[in-house]
Amino acid sequence: MYPAQFEYHTPGTVKEALDLLGRHKDDAKLLAGGHSLLPAMKLRLAQPKHLVDLRKVSSLSGIKEDGGTLVIGAMTTHYQVESSQAVKSKCPMLAAVAAQIGDPMVRNMGTIGGSLAHADPAADYPAAIIALGAEMVAEGPKGKRTIKADDFFKGLLTTALAEDEILTEVRVPAIAGKTGAAYMKFPHPASRFAVVGVAAVLSVEGGKVGKASVAVTGAGTKAVRAKGVEAAITGKAADAASIQAAAEKAAEGVDVQADLQGSVEYKSHLVRVFAKRAMEAAAAAVK
Amino acid sequence: MKKTVSMTINGSPQSHEVEPRLLLVHYIREQAGLTGTHVGCDTSQCGACTVHVNGVAVKSCTLLAVQCDGAQVLTIEGLAKDGKLHPIQDAFWEKHGLQCGFCTPGMIMSAHQMLQRNPRPTEAQIRHDLEGNLCRCTGYHNIVKAIQYAAEKMAGK
Amino acid sequence: MATARLLGASIKRREDPRFITGKGNYTDDLKLAGMTHAVFVRSPHANAKIRKIDTAKASKAPGVVAIFTGKDMVGVNSLPCGWLLPELKIPPHMPLASDAAHYVGDPVAIVIAESQSAASDAAEMVAVDWEVLPSVTSTEKAAAKGAPQIHQVAPSNEAFKWQIGDAAATDAAFKAAPVTVKKRIVNQRLVANAMEPRACVARYDDSTGDWTLWVTSQNPHVHRLLMTAFVLGIPEHKVRVIAPDVGGGFGSKIFLYNEETVCTWATKQIKRPIRWTSSRREAFQTDAHGRDHVTDAEVAVAKDGKFLGLRVKTTANLGAYLSTFAPAVPTYLYATLLNGVYEWPAIHAEVTGVFTNTTPVDAYRGAGRPEACYLLERMVDAAAAALKMDPADIRKKNFIPKFDNGYQTKVALSYDSGNYAGAFDKLLGMLDYKKFRADQAAARAKGRLMGIGFSTYIEACSIAPSKVVGSLGAQAGLWESGKVQVHPTGKVSVFTGSHSHGQGHETTMAQIVADSLGIPMDDVEIVHGDTGRVPFGMGTYGSRSASVGGTAIVMSLDKIKEKGKKIAAHLLEANPKDMEYVGGQFVVKGSPQKAIPFGQVALTAYVPHNYPEGVEPGLEETSFYDPANFCFPFGAHACVVEVDPDTGHVQILRYLAVDDVGNVINPMIVDGMVHGGIAQGVAQALWEEAVYDNASGQLVSGSLMDYTLPKADMLPFYETGRTETPTPVNPLGVKGAGETGTIASTPAVVNAVVDALSGLGVDHIDAMPLTPERVWKTAQAAKSRK
Repeated sequence: MYPAQFEYHTPGTVKEALDLLGRHKDDAKLLAGGHSLLPAMKLRLAQPKHLVDLRKVSSLSGIKEDGGTLVIGAMTTHYQVESSQAVKSKCPMLAAVAAQIGDPMVRNMGTIGGSLAHADPAADYPAAIIALGAEMVAEGPKGKRTIKADDFFKGLLTTALAEDEILTEVRVPAIAGKTGAAYMKFPHPASRFAVVGVAAVLSVEGGKVGKASVAVTGAGTKAVRAKGVEAAITGKAADAASIQAAAEKAAEGVDVQADLQGSVEYKSHLVRVFAKRAMEAAAAAVK
Repeated sequence: MKKTVSMTINGSPQSHEVEPRLLLVHYIREQAGLTGTHVGCDTSQCGACTVHVNGVAVKSCTLLAVQCDGAQVLTIEGLAKDGKLHPIQDAFWEKHGLQCGFCTPGMIMSAHQMLQRNPRPTEAQIRHDLEGNLCRCTGYHNIVKAIQYAAEKMAGK
Repeated sequence: MATARLLGASIKRREDPRFITGKGNYTDDLKLAGMTHAVFVRSPHANAKIRKIDTAKASKAPGVVAIFTGKDMVGVNSLPCGWLLPELKIPPHMPLASDAAHYVGDPVAIVIAESQSAASDAAEMVAVDWEVLPSVTSTEKAAAKGAPQIHQVAPSNEAFKWQIGDAAATDAAFKAAPVTVKKRIVNQRLVANAMEPRACVARYDDSTGDWTLWVTSQNPHVHRLLMTAFVLGIPEHKVRVIAPDVGGGFGSKIFLYNEETVCTWATKQIKRPIRWTSSRREAFQTDAHGRDHVTDAEVAVAKDGKFLGLRVKTTANLGAYLSTFAPAVPTYLYATLLNGVYEWPAIHAEVTGVFTNTTPVDAYRGAGRPEACYLLERMVDAAAAALKMDPADIRKKNFIPKFDNGYQTKVALSYDSGNYAGAFDKLLGMLDYKKFRADQAAARAKGRLMGIGFSTYIEACSIAPSKVVGSLGAQAGLWESGKVQVHPTGKVSVFTGSHSHGQGHETTMAQIVADSLGIPMDDVEIVHGDTGRVPFGMGTYGSRSASVGGTAIVMSLDKIKEKGKKIAAHLLEANPKDMEYVGGQFVVKGSPQKAIPFGQVALTAYVPHNYPEGVEPGLEETSFYDPANFCFPFGAHACVVEVDPDTGHVQILRYLAVDDVGNVINPMIVDGMVHGGIAQGVAQALWEEAVYDNASGQLVSGSLMDYTLPKADMLPFYETGRTETPTPVNPLGVKGAGETGTIASTPAVVNAVVDALSGLGVDHIDAMPLTPERVWKTAQAAKSRK
């Protein structure tokens, strides 16, 4: 309940934050919304000696539109994503995902950057980020770089971000015409994390699926693209039978972990069920 | 190294030297001496610690006091004005929305934000928005009734 | 002045103003000058010998005031067990273990420092050299061959073997029965999880030799007696125990725990106040757990559905040590309820209590009665399924007919008054049962799995008649105290041995007093939770505060009125025998103009100038009420669910409850008790379980991230109804309401899920909670059998 001692810093710019990371290296952790880090520190599972709070780095907040892309500052809270007019009109599925994270108080503090960088295997954003084909922009001592969603999630609580990099923004393409997106989740009744969560983005024309982008979170050690599902549904009719058949592939490539919430058998089954539900909802959302 | 933290709690300026690791809930309870905000868990589930910081409801057990330097904080003690109860407080009393009272400050602060953002919530919306607040005594029945009643009163019915 | 009747009125609670404004006084809110903070060092192992505890480094940590281990606590005894069964095996249970620890969380040292964080830091530096031993946490494995023996005094980890009923008659009934049904019933382990964690502040005053202990207790006098007389050997009258506002208990705050005992001992060593507050993680590991039975149950039944016999064999997990009331819960509070609301020709029950390397188990809301009700209601449904009979019909066929004063069961208890069919009929009316079955059939045709479950329950509460429980092994009486003190100005202070930790006694008891005396409620204060102000009381649990605590107050009120009559008669020059008390006045029968108001009599008692001979001045009376019997609330609950066939997730569509708690003092408060009770019982059916990994001995579900407490979006509004069958046991006619919801609801939910799956051929699920996976697997298995 009482974290171990640490020094606290509030840099005003990304550069200042990078300098602190460079100086303290392994002893430093970035603090965004704090709703993954502080709980770990209270249980003394994490004991960083230096906390670098990003709340004063104003360049990291805000949601802008850049052509057909939503540019979301890493320090944007889940509530800000959930309630943003820009997000609700350009990419409503992302707003819907943000609205399902934690609870209203958590959403006032938790940030998209913090959540993605932490890469909890049961978090909601990762599946959406992959399915939406988003890009992460990171800044390090050597400058900026863009990381595609498919390259971002590496393993359990591990991303492609280097120790000395800061995630600065998330670039999410707007949902195109004739495309529907949905996120369906089976929540853990206590923690409300995703036991299983599936995000699906389907473009449908003339009743046939043109492009399919489907990703799974919750059941494995990291969020993954459901390549088997995508291959099985592309070019097929956007109907219940084809979706059911494609959903059968959903657990492929997911290293399903058994825990108190379910056996490997059950969770794999849930992945298939929610892949079906997500694709059905995505197809129904096509205008 | 200790840091000086200054914030305004319920309109009253506070300033104390604290260790950076001091949680906001402990700052409120110990340094500011306001014990209406409660600690009920250690994994950010229960919501008994809910206060408002800069106008939004947060779980004060999952914030550091140093993160709130310069902030405006509203706790349960700051809701009633000049001895007059806030309609939500009154509603909890009227509708028996509490038994042991331990979760109540957090429930009321959470309901306060709920009705600020959605003045006419449905039963389902109320129950959904109470995801971050646990009660072990009431089974939630009268808490939901209290919030519905408060919404009606505040809408001028 | 005529006042509306207060008994039966839903008066707004008088305790609420402080709670809704954040001005409650909970134990952790307390700040004393010079206060230190304590953290306990606990065993991370389920079973381990303590070779050495090295506190050297920790002692030098910043802010540390003192560190103590079990070896320092010389002359201190075990935490006592307050209910002794014949041949009960009682292992030592030291406040700080010094030889060995027997469950994860067992405390071995206390670290006291200037701040909470300093104490936490220093506690990490205490180095314990453990010799890890084999452990066993599983209820079924504990007494089996090969299980490690945890305590020397208990071979095969058996604490007791106990039985009740008529074995011969039951065996005969089964031999002759045309139909028998046997099922395995598991009543899983739960964690009470009151929202306020346990806490204490202990202060020793060197100048007077007095202790004050503030502690989250449901029964401060019991805490004081057990701690001073049995454990610490300090003078009882020099210790004041105060239970201020307490944030929920549900049984978990009844017992004498290690922490407040150690703090009370330690404060004398350091001569400074010590505060300890449990974290939620500690609460999971150390608050007494509940339930944890594994049972083989059999019912013998005639072809027309008439019950012939019930046979029960239960193994009950007691945990690593005997908690304060532990042996009573799976025996006298459980098996004596196996008659239920039905007529049984023969019943026999056998219970084996076992030790395991887990947190000690004791009373949790319902304490034994939920276990009995769950078993009965599940078996009744299983019997109905075997006979292809409607579960409503089989119940109606077997209800004990309506009675007003006494029904002797086959398992010792004699019920007070009951109308079981009446409650059930009312429920079926509220439900529109016929329509439900039609809707269910239509839904089934569309592949939807809807189900309904009944629970027609009875329970025994208002504990308890002292001689009865004494003969059964209780080491305490279970009476209650009530002192009524009338002040010269006619205001009244009432001191009750009951303690409110959510039940609203400051309101309910004031209603009783104000109604009886015909004075405004604002003139009455209710004082509770302080051994320095209240006569010895046994506390609040077992739904006893209105029935037993309230009656003690009524007895004192009667004495006040009798004395008042003498004073008033003197003032009126009348005969006390001709006086009655009506509308707040002492009146000469038949002469309403000859009356003296209560206030005037009160003042006269303290200014006794014109005063009857032989009557003492003053106007205060104390009574101790020992009930002649338990009281027996009863009722009928129904739950309607829909099961998602793809995931096994259970959605509660409706929850209906008809409860008969006898007379009702404050309907709003009773409804609140029912609501909260239902939520806890539903949660046992669907969500909660304290899970131990037998291999490692670790409590796997050790936080609110893993242990699912119900949230608002998991429950509906409850549809409640009432019948009122007053009990003849006490003058208030009140039976008790605090636990009925929890007792009734668990089987209503489980029966509903089984009913939902009955179309697939499912007639039982032998484990709880009914997690989505469990339900899904049950459905899958049934489908593959078809």
